[in-house]
Amino acid sequence: MKDQHLVSLTVNGAEHEIVVEARRTLADVLRHDLGYTGTHLGCEHGICGACTVLLDDQPVRACLVFGVQADGCQIRTVEGLADESELSDLQQAFSDHHGLQCGFCTPGFLMLAEAYLAESDSTADPGQVRTAMASNLCRCTGYQGIVDAVCAVAKQRGKAGSP
Amino acid sequence: MSGNAREPRLDTTGRWIGAALPRKEDGRMLRGAGRFVADLDRQGTLHACFVRSPFGAATIAGIDASEALRLPGVRQVCTAAELGSAGLCAALERDEFVPTTMPLLAADQVRYAGEPVAVVLADDPYAAEDGAEAVQVDYSPHPAVADLGAARDGRSVHDALAQNTFVDLTMFDDPRLDQIFDTAPLVLDEEFSSARLAALPMEGRGCLAEWDARDDQVVVHISTQVPHQVRSAIAQALRLPERTIRVIAPDVGGGFGLKCVVGREEVVAAALASRFRTPVKWIEDRQENLTASFHGHEQHYAVRAAFGSDGRILGLAADIRCDVGAYSAFPFTCAVEPLMATTELPGAYKVPAYRARGRAIATNKPPTAPYRGVSRPQLVLVMERLMEIAATRLALDPLEVRRRNLISPGEFPYTGVNDITYDEGSYRESLDRAESTARSAGWYTERDRLRAAGTPAGIGFACFSERTAYGTPTMSQRQMAMTPGYDTAQVRMDPTGEVIVTTGTCGHGQGHETTFAQIVAERLGIHPDQVRLRQGDTDLAAYGWGTFASRSIVIGGTSARRAADGVAAQLRRIAAHLLEADDSDVELNEGMARVRGVPGAVLPIAELANTAYFRAHELPQDTPPNLTASGYADPPSTFSNASHAALISVDPGTGAVRIHRYLVVEDCGVVINPLVVDGQVRGGVAQGIAAALYERLLYDADAQPGTASLMDYLAPTATEVCTVDIEHLQTPSQFNESGAKGMGEGGTIGAPATVLNAVNDALADTGSQLNDIPVLPEKVLTALRRERVPVGG
Repeated sequence: MKDQHLVSLTVNGAEHEIVVEARRTLADVLRHDLGYTGTHLGCEHGICGACTVLLDDQPVRACLVFGVQADGCQIRTVEGLADESELSDLQQAFSDHHGLQCGFCTPGFLMLAEAYLAESDSTADPGQVRTAMASNLCRCTGYQGIVDAVCAVAKQRGKAGSP
Repeated sequence: MSGNAREPRLDTTGRWIGAALPRKEDGRMLRGAGRFVADLDRQGTLHACFVRSPFGAATIAGIDASEALRLPGVRQVCTAAELGSAGLCAALERDEFVPTTMPLLAADQVRYAGEPVAVVLADDPYAAEDGAEAVQVDYSPHPAVADLGAARDGRSVHDALAQNTFVDLTMFDDPRLDQIFDTAPLVLDEEFSSARLAALPMEGRGCLAEWDARDDQVVVHISTQVPHQVRSAIAQALRLPERTIRVIAPDVGGGFGLKCVVGREEVVAAALASRFRTPVKWIEDRQENLTASFHGHEQHYAVRAAFGSDGRILGLAADIRCDVGAYSAFPFTCAVEPLMATTELPGAYKVPAYRARGRAIATNKPPTAPYRGVSRPQLVLVMERLMEIAATRLALDPLEVRRRNLISPGEFPYTGVNDITYDEGSYRESLDRAESTARSAGWYTERDRLRAAGTPAGIGFACFSERTAYGTPTMSQRQMAMTPGYDTAQVRMDPTGEVIVTTGTCGHGQGHETTFAQIVAERLGIHPDQVRLRQGDTDLAAYGWGTFASRSIVIGGTSARRAADGVAAQLRRIAAHLLEADDSDVELNEGMARVRGVPGAVLPIAELANTAYFRAHELPQDTPPNLTASGYADPPSTFSNASHAALISVDPGTGAVRIHRYLVVEDCGVVINPLVVDGQVRGGVAQGIAAALYERLLYDADAQPGTASLMDYLAPTATEVCTVDIEHLQTPSQFNESGAKGMGEGGTIGAPATVLNAVNDALADTGSQLNDIPVLPEKVLTALRRERVPVGG
């Protein structure tokens, strides 16, 4: 017998009720049960951060959270960033600063950056941004475009810059 | 930057070549709408999980799947016997090469920990993993060959190999060398080594193979750089006509060479999807990626180099051994590393006499693939260390020693002692620029300030060229059973004047959808937004060789350019006919066809396209009723070049190296899109820094992997990589009409030598010399302690 549970969760504002096995990760629930395939799996052991989503506004590795743990939670994924046709300021900045190449780690970095920018004490200081972005791995860009993009958005959103 | 005439600029002949256009790929990736192979779900999919050997070397006495088959969700367990295929054989047509076969699943013997011995198919990936754990395999382990040393100890990885040697090549054996070494003012005997690495694309390998009953085909969606070679591999391994296989690369999450060879897991998935007529999906996990995919870069160099007292190199001899693991990967073979190393070691320098022996040595570790740079990171490290060591011994400026040896302006095209002809580059100019920028930006002051404060600090340089875009004239020298090199493209303009380009190259992060559109738009006088690239589908594109070895813009891009020129000629002919002018007087620009010197004689290109399809009866005689043309390109190769510089410091307490400044002065000929070029350079440098300071795959004496997770294998994060400043030179290639040179690997090639030289500069007072990468903190600390404890009392 599989250990099945009824789980209610909200993803990008849409409510879902699904039955999941206890051991099923939130990443698999999002990707394969609910179709939010923008959340990618790069290591499945919590290091690379490609699967980073916001769980009640906090960044989490969706590979380290079980679907049942998200019961009653609000989830935000990369699919929730853009407004219909318009990219968000953060998404646009990633393109402007060439902060992505193959695009596989990109959703995780976007959600990590979104959480960073929402913190009250985050700044546009490149050193602080670089440290925050060191939570995730990218193999293509050398990180510079990612750091530049997040700094640019932090400035646009009125965060303090570096001296 | 100075106003050097070679600075990248908008090509004066048009609008799009050289423009920093934002990438067409970005929108879908940023929305999470990219489609990677793991994103594909099909009704009734069986999920594959491979049972893998826990031993480096063992015989298999039996496999019992009965318990696995009783588990819920488990549908099938297959072993080598059921697959009935000999496997994949990659071969060179050389007497020195011993061909071996990589079975699709190990039958009676396993040759590395992680080698697949059985595959479980189940209703979901969780059940498949349960099943794989429950399969009982009866192994008799025996002592493994864990490294180059053990490979000489009498144990054999393959019975067919003498001394575990897949290939043993001696090239360019100059008879004058011994005398040169006897009489030269300075002879260096040095050894260098580089660790085994993982390419580590953020998306691992994976595939979804499905049977298409309508088309009587197995369709393999796969994360690959080389879709046509995957089709050929499956056809050869399963003895099928290529027509019955369609390979599609969807969005591919990085490759770096790992995905330019064909894995057996993917062939197994195709075989099972064909047999069971059901979709079979295999998604590699990170542990498999680190321990059971393809590795690279594990090499050892024993080098003898003779120098004159003026620092000029007089002779070079190298004995190069590459630890290539247990099998030869399809289609390049395990000889790709030693062949590259022996052929290209002299690099950007004028070496008058040369000899190289290169060997591919079998060990009980995973096979190797051509990981980014392929032997060039090592051979550049060797040459750049030799220049530094010779300069120190001769009390000369190391940059001046390089200048005396570099192939210099006025000497191109230069044919070297290695029979390679180099097209023009800016070797000396790039080095001069790197030095002058480092000086004017205060690097030396900063180094001295750090040193005065008690922090060891150093500045390192590397100057090199990189052969790119190997066509069949070059690839055929390797004598592969399948010779890659040319590529193809087709340009189709539709009735609204917009274009689809197909090509045999297969981008996976390099922005080809944007750069190919720029190339084609330039030739047709339309906007890049009107051009869509279709790649990675063997049923859509003519046979091509995919994306690797910095080949795509030079070979694929030139193919697309030629195909576009074919369509442009058709458009000119139609316009000339309708406007009563001569073909050669028609210009295509900004979406219009204009007759030169005749104001008002103008037609929209979209109208010409409409005519070509919907009013074909109005076309001039002998003009085909559509707008389609093909092109191909097969250049010899072309050399990009760069100089790198780094300012580093060493933490005297921990031995950790910190990179403060990094500079690249690069020359890749005509730049199509500077954003993309800079991105390739920066990403490449990050991988080179990783190789220099952090990454290594560890194996113990039993060939057990010690780096099975990203907690053990230290890929650099944003805080280990610093800002990379880039300056551009632009020396157009003389070997293809686009003037472009490949540039996908230079960053990775130059960074290990640069960082290693900088660390040695920081340790200059200690008398220690580090020639091996990665330079781990413990090695640096040992060197620093040697300074504190005087030797010899």
